Amino acid sequence: MIIAERKPINEILDMVSDDEKILLLGCRGCVSVCSTGGEREVEILASLIKLGMKKQGKSVEIIEGTLVRQCDREYIDSIDQWKGQYDAILSMACGVGVNFIANFRPSTKVYPAVNTSFFGGSPEQGVWTEQCAGCGDCILHLTGGLCPVARCAKSLMNGPCGGSVNGRCEINPDVECIWQSIYDRLGRTGNADAMQKIAPIRDWSTAGHGGPRKVLRDDLTV
Amino acid sequence: MVFTPDIQAFCCHYTSQQTIAEGKEGLKEDGMPENVTLNRVVCTGKLQISTLLKAFENGADGVYVAGCPTDTCHNIKGSQRAAKRVAAIKKALSELGVEPERIEMFHLERGFHPEFIEVARKMNQRITDLGPCPLKGETK
Repeated sequence: MIIAERKPINEILDMVSDDEKILLLGCRGCVSVCSTGGEREVEILASLIKLGMKKQGKSVEIIEGTLVRQCDREYIDSIDQWKGQYDAILSMACGVGVNFIANFRPSTKVYPAVNTSFFGGSPEQGVWTEQCAGCGDCILHLTGGLCPVARCAKSLMNGPCGGSVNGRCEINPDVECIWQSIYDRLGRTGNADAMQKIAPIRDWSTAGHGGPRKVLRDDLTV
Repeated sequence: MVFTPDIQAFCCHYTSQQTIAEGKEGLKEDGMPENVTLNRVVCTGKLQISTLLKAFENGADGVYVAGCPTDTCHNIKGSQRAAKRVAAIKKALSELGVEPERIEMFHLERGFHPEFIEVARKMNQRITDLGPCPLKGETK
């Protein structure tokens, strides 16, 4: 899922300082699962904004809402239920949601309440780690299911850099050397020979280096 | 002008059980400040961050949570969860430029004990010294 973190409250207060009526819009998708932008977090942020504004001697009206998702047009259209009731939308969705509101509501002011961090998972409650870079050309079948693009600090494709110590990355001992883990895993699964294969020079155009990406599924379009 | 703070206390069923059984008058005789409002919850782990923030929205000058000792919570980790949420609000108050000590977590033994009154008096003194909460939009 997409992992996000709420922006510092003062940054958010600066964004909305000129607006008297705000639609604070959560998302029940990824940001809800990672406890950043779901209904509960909308309630918390609404309180913090009201308290922060009050401290500055201002008043603000906040409408709290949460969409099923902010990354599908059909749900974006449901924003119309609050039509005319707000000056700006403060979205607690990932950057996709903010962009979608901007795309489909061209005259509506929209601000991001969260920083979109990465594609990751939760190994334990309250912890999220990056697992995938969304590079568009998956090679996990060659690396034991562990991604060197996302999880190697240098995104190396042909083994470790030589800076790792005891299986830990040289940039930070809290980070595992993913190439050490790939090597260990390949060995455990009887595929150690895969380490000998040389990965060709990679075409990064699928990773966004060729501009914004698009997926078109002709079988789904009508 | 004398400032009497509005203090909202959120206490778990077990921490406050016998103390509350004394009734308002009994608590007053024990020295409980009258401006401390007790809000009993089944477990402090049930308290949401938004509930505690609402107390400030509703005009509280100080808020505290009294839950079980961390290692003997009736619901295992309830008071630990509450302490984490209180810590999150302390951080948010700091971000807003408000004294984080306006909210506090106390871990108390169950049943009747003088500490229940002591923490109320301690918070009352602390918040009286701090003055009105800036989040009320009023000047000191």
